[in-house]
Amino acid sequence: MSHYEAPIREPLIIGDKSYHDISNDIAAPIEGKANKWWWAVFTLALVAFLWGVGAIAYTIGTGIGVWGLNNKINWAWDITNFVWWVGIGHAGTLISAVLLLFRQKWRMGINRSAEAMTIFAVFQAGLFPVIHMGRVWNGYWTMPIPNQFGNLWTNFNSPLLWDVFAISTYLTVSVVFWYTGLLPDFAMIRDRATKPFQKKIYSLLSFGWTGRAKDWQRFEEVSLVLAGLATPLVLSVHTIVSFDFATSVIPGWHSTVYPPYFVAGAVFSGFAMVQTLLIVMRKVSNLEAYITRGHIENMNKVILVTGGIVMVAYLSEFFVGWYSGSSYEDFVYLSVGAATGPYWWAFWALILCNGVFPQLLWIKKLRTNYTVSFIMALIINIGMWFERFDIIVINLSRGHLPSTWTMFEPTFVDIGIFMGTIGFFFVLFLLYARTFPAVAQAEVKSILKSSGDNYKRERDSK
Amino acid sequence: MSDKVIHAIYDDDDVLLKAVKEVREANHHIEEVYTPFPVHGLEKAMGIANTRIAITAFLYGITGLGFAVWMMNYMMIEDWPQNIGGKPSFSYAENMPAFVPIMFELTVFFAAHLMVITFYMRSKIGPFVKASNPDPRTTDNMFLMEVPVTGDEKELETFLTKTGAVETKIVDKH
Repeated sequence: MSHYEAPIREPLIIGDKSYHDISNDIAAPIEGKANKWWWAVFTLALVAFLWGVGAIAYTIGTGIGVWGLNNKINWAWDITNFVWWVGIGHAGTLISAVLLLFRQKWRMGINRSAEAMTIFAVFQAGLFPVIHMGRVWNGYWTMPIPNQFGNLWTNFNSPLLWDVFAISTYLTVSVVFWYTGLLPDFAMIRDRATKPFQKKIYSLLSFGWTGRAKDWQRFEEVSLVLAGLATPLVLSVHTIVSFDFATSVIPGWHSTVYPPYFVAGAVFSGFAMVQTLLIVMRKVSNLEAYITRGHIENMNKVILVTGGIVMVAYLSEFFVGWYSGSSYEDFVYLSVGAATGPYWWAFWALILCNGVFPQLLWIKKLRTNYTVSFIMALIINIGMWFERFDIIVINLSRGHLPSTWTMFEPTFVDIGIFMGTIGFFFVLFLLYARTFPAVAQAEVKSILKSSGDNYKRERDSK
Repeated sequence: MSDKVIHAIYDDDDVLLKAVKEVREANHHIEEVYTPFPVHGLEKAMGIANTRIAITAFLYGITGLGFAVWMMNYMMIEDWPQNIGGKPSFSYAENMPAFVPIMFELTVFFAAHLMVITFYMRSKIGPFVKASNPDPRTTDNMFLMEVPVTGDEKELETFLTKTGAVETKIVDKH
């Protein structure tokens, strides 16, 4: 065996796989045909997506007034969903970049799908800043392009402009990171394809990857540098998203804890979404050998850590609200006023879903249980949606001036667009699951000898 | 130099690594090695120089930072030094904190994308490029070493088989 591996480590690839078995397992969903369950879920997602497209068209055609916004609560579901989707995207980069920097081998089995999730979630997020504009057709004015208005530029003081740069950088860098990692896997599919059309497609997608020693050397260096760049990027993106609120003067928004707190929340919710998707995927795509109980447990541990950070942030917000002595802070989203006010249900949904239930994951029996992990992930996804809703809506509903106090009621268009993005997300993810190698085979093969079940057993028996 | 090469195919990365060392010790030139996944230590065993791609990324990052500073200084301070919400637009330094997010993002943007483009160009990969791996199994589970034939073909073939190759093939150089 080529190197020493501590016997205490659990195998990451189970079922006595060889290199060729790995190729077969990963190519199987691509080479096979979709079953009727896939078509059923795909149709459902597609219908939701089309419904969302209709809701968006209606909004743009008629005006933002078809949403439930009012002149006090002028951000609600749109930006809630935006932050929620961006947050979901963050786990993908965390898994592919941060865990790469920390040399975590368990990321190999899950990084491809996590990155796909990132990209598809950022697509959804990217919709909201566009469609919540009153004049979408002037959206390109956010770009500092030389123009015939005497070169009228953008204002670089606005966090909303920082968002434009952050999200577009995040999306494009995530895409190239993901795509570069896909090249060897597309090449594998290309070289075993028997159908001419499939061969053509994967030849095109694999960019002529051949796996020369020098290419691999550069590939690894590029991956490492991209991971090094993506790590601060992922922290900065949600930081900049949090600046949308933190740099304002609105009580409850104006808070210096937001950047790290939002990032922790993003990782928390993102891992919950990875969990939601992978627990299903490992089953339907027969990837149980690569996405094991150990992977699920590790992700639950990350959820537990980031959930703890989020809890600390809640407590510190609650404390500082009281400690500040500012009477306006009595009604912010984490205050006694919010807990007993008209949005008490949103407040308690947040506390229960994010603070209380995830603490059950301290129990090993629960965090290694697939069903419990799945339900917990759903609860966290809901809880993190409420976190953003609470931050945005509760703080806007009780501002400085009591004569502006108001409530928010979403319309079917608000809800329809959100449903549409969920549909769109699943349309993309389902298509991905059938056409892309869902596990990074080149990476998994590189850990087979150190972490494969059979190799570990052989080593331990020596 | 003859215009023939031997393709020695291995089925294990550890054997390949050992073979690469032996072939180099026997003073044979290794033209190329194709592997399905990154074999750690292979480039060292083959004597391939370190890649400088990280250095290019650093330079691209500096370029991006410079571009961001130049752009925002020109637009916000020189071209239209307006008062927007009381922010000081008299000099770049005074309003610098508000420019940090975009300075950062553009640094990352330039570094990441230009580095990846450099990688694609240097490794000659890109859309519509035809793959040139000599054996399709090298992206699955086989490792292929390409050694140019000099002197006795048979001798070289038996030597490579002795290093653990499961298959050897003499082909014309493409």
